[in-house]
Amino acid sequence: MSNSLIHNCETCPAHNVGNLTKLGINMDNFDFVVALAGNPNTGKSTVFNALTGLKQHTGNWPGKTVTRAEGGFLYNNKKFKLVDLPGTYSLLSTSTDEEVARNFVLFGQPDVTVIVVDSSRLERNLNLVLQVLEITNRAVLCLNLIDEAKRHSIIIDERKLSKDLGIPVVPTSARYDEGINELLKMIYEVATGAFVCKPYKIKTESKQVKNAVEKLNGKLLQAFPKLPNVNWVALRLLEGDQEIINAIRSGDLGSLEIKNFIPLLEEQT
Amino acid sequence: MENINNTYRESIISEATTLRWEVGENFHDSLMESIYKNASEIAAHSVTKKNKQQNHTFDQKLDKIITSRMFGFPAMFIVLAVVFWVTIIGSNAPSAMLASVLIDKIHPWLKEIAAAISTPLWISGLLIDGAYLGMAWVVSVMLPPMAIFFPLFTLLEDFGYLPRVSFNMDSLFRKAGAHGKQALTMSMGFGCNVAGVIATRVIDSPRERLIAIITNNFALCNGRWPTQILIATIFIGGAVPGYLAGIASAGAVVGVALLGVVLSLVVSWGLSRTVLKGEASTFSLELPPYRPPRILRTLYTSLIDRTAIVLWRAVIFAVPAGLVIWLVSNITIEGISLAEYFINWSNPFGLLFGLNGVILLAYIIAIPANEIVIPTILMLTVLTLGMNSVGAGDGVMFELESVNATADIFKAGGWTLLTGINLMLFSLIHNPCSTTIYTIYKETRSLKWTTVSALLPVVMGFIITFFVAQIWRLI
Repeated sequence: MSNSLIHNCETCPAHNVGNLTKLGINMDNFDFVVALAGNPNTGKSTVFNALTGLKQHTGNWPGKTVTRAEGGFLYNNKKFKLVDLPGTYSLLSTSTDEEVARNFVLFGQPDVTVIVVDSSRLERNLNLVLQVLEITNRAVLCLNLIDEAKRHSIIIDERKLSKDLGIPVVPTSARYDEGINELLKMIYEVATGAFVCKPYKIKTESKQVKNAVEKLNGKLLQAFPKLPNVNWVALRLLEGDQEIINAIRSGDLGSLEIKNFIPLLEEQT
Repeated sequence: MENINNTYRESIISEATTLRWEVGENFHDSLMESIYKNASEIAAHSVTKKNKQQNHTFDQKLDKIITSRMFGFPAMFIVLAVVFWVTIIGSNAPSAMLASVLIDKIHPWLKEIAAAISTPLWISGLLIDGAYLGMAWVVSVMLPPMAIFFPLFTLLEDFGYLPRVSFNMDSLFRKAGAHGKQALTMSMGFGCNVAGVIATRVIDSPRERLIAIITNNFALCNGRWPTQILIATIFIGGAVPGYLAGIASAGAVVGVALLGVVLSLVVSWGLSRTVLKGEASTFSLELPPYRPPRILRTLYTSLIDRTAIVLWRAVIFAVPAGLVIWLVSNITIEGISLAEYFINWSNPFGLLFGLNGVILLAYIIAIPANEIVIPTILMLTVLTLGMNSVGAGDGVMFELESVNATADIFKAGGWTLLTGINLMLFSLIHNPCSTTIYTIYKETRSLKWTTVSALLPVVMGFIITFFVAQIWRLI
């Protein structure tokens, strides 16, 4: 009887409010790594601050964060390490700031990638979302600045969107600390595997591309059986991405685990 | 086994190369097209818009003024001038109050305690007259202007004004052969050059990034704003009738800041025509929507983030600088202190540039941090004048109750309007602080470009102050 009561408490969002401990930069022995990705100026750093209690400088202009910022939080007795990535419009080009974001999601293989979008500019933001979903299978969409979208009379059906994208969708207004609890809950569920994502994959119309990708996929999976983002690697190979070619040549592509990779990334940034 | 794997992996790469030919050249474009198409289908499925036009109009109207050809630049000057004017007017009284507490009350009190427990004179001199006063000076001169300026600047940033500034400046930078985003990194430099140099990572082309790094120093940083504001208040404000003083000094600071922008354009132009040749690349800049600033949070974060950090840095550097000042002015050879030797020796040289030996020595002591230039200058001036009635002895950063008292010391030190103007110019155009130089090295990994970034501005500073001084004296 008393057990079931406790159980009920734990599933109630109100309980979880008290369950969030902002750890600031204190993040040893974390259980999960969460990456924050998104277009520039969608409020990633604001979401980051809301979750970690840190005061990473925020500003209303694109390109504020150029390096990675890290922080931690404790939620439901699990320690999360949160990495705030620089904002990018795409993962397909190679300026230094975009590379930092791409390499982290691709090679770092975070447990959850939270994609922060500007709700009032959803369509444009979705380009990046689709690219991220090519790379990773575990993601949460954070519909940030939802208050601004409402102010502009834009209404988003988050359930339809979640169904289409195959990942949880949470409307937030991080500036006013709204929706942060729901976001935490979904991050937790995806990290622990309680929510299984079935991410949308980009549909190409060209038959040639489809065939080429399929051929490469087969070969890649033989060399790197655990590769979670084989489609995307194939596409990048077709574009002649030198960094991916190097990673295949050295065999690094398959053996990367986030825990070994973090020190490497730190050197780079 | 390892070899077989290697061969297999190589075969993937060669297969990819073959397939790349098959899928054709426009593969990238067609991939992007399908991404866009997919995105718009998904968005169309879940997004509904009601009466589109209504709320966009405010943003659009404001943008029409702020980013227009006619009003864009004047609006920028006015906004900047108002920010400085408020800072200058607002910081006078709190500065005087802090000085009277930290320097008039606590300093003698510390001396009394030291005397009561019979501390040796050199220890109390070094710690209380050197280190403590150095710190107290920095706090009372810098805290009030920073506590007003940074929150105002952060509010502008939060509101969404800075990207509009870059939008206005973009075409100028492109004409100078630099990247339009340099306007953004320059804006960051107005806060701190270290941040500005790091922010150049948003620029893809190494050529344009180097230009942005080298010229970032021309954006007046935190450490230099207080120098500008104080000197402008004393010399520019003092040169005009009282009722104009506030406006004239604010105008002078805006003038120096704009000169920095002009210099950064000119130097970019020069570099891109000579050692860093190339075409400017294009980019798209998304103008963010205007957002109502969150005033309380902005006040809090700008006080914690900027004011406290900059102040802390200043204090950290002021303490050893205070020690050094006390030492160079108390170690004597045949009755003349080291500081006096240097000042007497470099004075004629300084006068050539409309500066003086004191200013030159202060800039050497202050290489670690621009923040401590003014306290150092004041202290050294008093020392060379032997103004024992003002200070409590050699090497002591003395009490100054208000800006007027500071002005009296400068004037007693033989300063003229020219000295003031040239100090403002030299403060804008000289080497970056040691932290910025180190950051430039970290970002470029090149000794050559680090040296260029450090020396180019000093040389320019001497040339410009030299000509200003010569022309001034002719007139």
